[in-house]
Amino acid sequence: MTWETIIGLEVHVELKTESKIFCNCSTRFGGEPNTQVCPVCLGLPGALPVLNQQALEFATRAALALNCQIAGYSKFDRKNYFYPDLPKAYQISQYDLPLAEHGHVDFIFGGEPRRVRIRRIHLEEDAGKLLHSEDGGLSADANVSLVDFNRSGVPLIEIVSEPDLRSGEEARAYLNRLKTILAYADVSHLKMEEGNLRADVNVSVRPTGSTEFGTRTEMKNVSSFRAVVRGIEYEAERQVKVLDEGGSIRQETRQWNETKGVTIALRSKEEAHDYRYFPDPDLPALDISRDFVEGVRANLPELPDARQARYVRDYGLRDVDAGILTSDLSLAAFFEEAAGLYPKDPKAVANWVLGDLLRIMNARAAESDEIPITPKQLADTLMLIDRGTISGKIAKTVFEETMATGKDPEVIVKEKGLVQISDTSELEKVIADVIAANPQPVADFRSGKETALGFLVGQVMKATRGKANPGIVNELLMKALK
Amino acid sequence: MQIRREDVDHVADLARLSLSEEEREKMTRELNSILGHVDKLNELKTDGVQPTFHVLASLKNVTRKDEVIHGLDRDRALQNAPSQKSGCFAVPKTVE
Ligand SMILES: [Zn+2]
Repeated sequence: MTWETIIGLEVHVELKTESKIFCNCSTRFGGEPNTQVCPVCLGLPGALPVLNQQALEFATRAALALNCQIAGYSKFDRKNYFYPDLPKAYQISQYDLPLAEHGHVDFIFGGEPRRVRIRRIHLEEDAGKLLHSEDGGLSADANVSLVDFNRSGVPLIEIVSEPDLRSGEEARAYLNRLKTILAYADVSHLKMEEGNLRADVNVSVRPTGSTEFGTRTEMKNVSSFRAVVRGIEYEAERQVKVLDEGGSIRQETRQWNETKGVTIALRSKEEAHDYRYFPDPDLPALDISRDFVEGVRANLPELPDARQARYVRDYGLRDVDAGILTSDLSLAAFFEEAAGLYPKDPKAVANWVLGDLLRIMNARAAESDEIPITPKQLADTLMLIDRGTISGKIAKTVFEETMATGKDPEVIVKEKGLVQISDTSELEKVIADVIAANPQPVADFRSGKETALGFLVGQVMKATRGKANPGIVNELLMKALK
Repeated sequence: MQIRREDVDHVADLARLSLSEEEREKMTRELNSILGHVDKLNELKTDGVQPTFHVLASLKNVTRKDEVIHGLDRDRALQNAPSQKSGCFAVPKTVE
């Protein structure tokens, strides 16, 4: 029997407000433990939460960017459970009237267009952070965990997808697109290493062709895309094995263990999912006007699809190239600035970015927001070629050197003596030497073998360490060989 | 709807309440009486009546500006913690 994997993702994204969702404490990451807290986010009795207007706007903006419908009426509910990182013993979340519903994300997977539906997006508060001794953290005592409430109350949106994904790699493609759209919407810092984006992953399997869903398991709080992919692959394989052996899948929460590469069933109370939601009486409901929604929509930044179409239209780029450039906001911004500084040939700029720039960055595993060359330096390099100061070949050397040292291309050309040799008398001498040293190719060329010319040009370039102006070399060689 | 002893145990467990035998009896009785009253309300015809999601129906869209204001100093925040360590609240270990 063959099996099909069914995946749904609940993605939690921290919004980039200055202050928390229901109180004025700072959301800054990395502060000393429990220095960004107050009665509200510590869950002290009598404290009154008040919604951060900016969090509501960011959430609405994200929902619109993900093609959702914004609710006319929405409210907050209490999700009740006990855990030490949750000081009130309930999380303020949204249950039956979420902020937004019925969205979708379009992306390309395996060369094919795919659409994953978004079931809902709601606002909620983040929990505090637990530090365990094995994390090498502050707690050396193996019997206690330490709680830092700085993160308690940081605004989150939870983006719940329909179970439309079918493989780990497809889930990765969806997450990448989601992250790109959220970056363009400018609602989150999206720093994976700071936990700005975490996913709960629901996985089930069913016989191929079946229309019913199997029992699913849930992996909570997976904090890297790689772990999501590996977790899905492991979990699908595990479930198939259990079912093949005649067993059954238990609906449970499992934890992905990155080091061991396995999922482990969490020892959880049977009824852990009984959250007893009820409306939070501390928070008045949201009556969301169309004016508010249209105001947010009007201020929505340009989104990746629109930018891709614009690059094709305005710069004449191929759709696939525009797609790669716009898949990353920093890369797109770099390209656009460089193209602005070198308006005569945006395609050449795109080729450099997609070719040499990405190659060097990939080799260094650099993040795209740390591009080690400025758009101006790229534009200057291209202008050096135009002016005949350096050859296209030398330009690559200069470009690499700029990426490595940060020095301006003009400085590198000067320091390394890379100025192109266009002086005919100097080149004529080199050409005479090359002709003398290579009688056979010279004879070949004279007997009509045109390809021999390429070899001879190569020899001249080699003798000048790539600095000869290839156009002039060609011209002079032809003349000398006649 | 009838509340059984198991329901009381379940809810008590979720709320981390430890109930004596007598309390469990009493809770079962009282919860049934409360639900009996609610059942009475269910007899009302509520077609066309909007659900009351919030008791203060006239109060809506209460928000504040996104502004950072320092809250509690750490000593104050930790002041009533039964146990603290390294500037944190110390709790019984949560993960095996
Ligand atoms: Zn606070």
